[in-house]
Amino acid sequence: MKINGKEIQYEKEVTLDILMEQQGFDIKKIAVMKNGEIVPKAEFGKTMIGAEDSLEVVSFVGGG
Amino acid sequence: MKIQLNGKAAETDCQTLFELRDRNFSPDCIAISNGFQTSQDMPLNEGDSVSIIKKGVMPSRDELESMMAARHTPAVHERVKKARVAVCGLGGLGSNIAVMLARTGVGFLKLIDFDIVEPSNLNRQNYYVKHLGMFKSDALCQQIKEINPFIEACGVTAKITRENAKNLLNDCDIICEAFDDPTAKAMLTEIVLSEMPEKKLVCGSGMAGFDSANSIQTRHIFKNLYMCGDSESEAKPGNGLMVPRVSVCAGHQANMILRLIMGIDEP
Repeated sequence: MKINGKEIQYEKEVTLDILMEQQGFDIKKIAVMKNGEIVPKAEFGKTMIGAEDSLEVVSFVGGG
Repeated sequence: MKIQLNGKAAETDCQTLFELRDRNFSPDCIAISNGFQTSQDMPLNEGDSVSIIKKGVMPSRDELESMMAARHTPAVHERVKKARVAVCGLGGLGSNIAVMLARTGVGFLKLIDFDIVEPSNLNRQNYYVKHLGMFKSDALCQQIKEINPFIEACGVTAKITRENAKNLLNDCDIICEAFDDPTAKAMLTEIVLSEMPEKKLVCGSGMAGFDSANSIQTRHIFKNLYMCGDSESEAKPGNGLMVPRVSVCAGHQANMILRLIMGIDEP
């Protein structure tokens, strides 16, 4: 699978919330597009990510 | 020839800008031709838009509006006047962005924040001592009336939530994310992209401290999402928010919004 253009190897499909945690993202502070579509936070736990999927993860830092 | 003079159609036989100025007004007036204020004379052409305004004197409402329009070049003014932009969060980013958009002549601004102006805001936010204790939405609307009385600024004192976001933002085409809290930034991004896919969203992330201003950029992330900032400089103990970089980021956001209004969708 691809995260922000970078290839990542996973043995099998994984849910988006676990994948994000394992990749070091803070789930509260990100927005994720899966294959060009935004994934609502409430669906992270049931969204399966497999070999063909491409993710764009936008991380926000505090301050404004 | 026919020209536009101070916002009205006019007929003149003057050949140059200064001839027009000196014959109809006086040599100490400011002359703006097609959006450009000039101290050098230039030929007048059919269809030119000219403003000639007495220096340092409050012009009439019509004259002031036509002068502001002339300053933005007429084609730009027409479009910005029709634009509708929501600014979400009126802190260091939002207050400065709102003022820039007001000066640019954006016709409708929805200014949303739940908080009041506090002393700790004065280091970077566009408020004065006299605003302390006021709702930011009210304080900003008050200032904007003094900056550009020809636009509509609608202040909303509310916290934007998952439940009310769509309702609050529905009447705008471009949404500016200017929150402080990264969780709120992520939430608004998710809601706008999933529930309001026709709208453009311009976010800010990473502008604390006094690292190089050159690291702050505008990026087109995907579809309708734009991100300004360096993506890294988080506000935290030892790396506070300071007005220069916050303003640079606010300028990036305001400029991206202006570009979107003008139909340009790349940073």
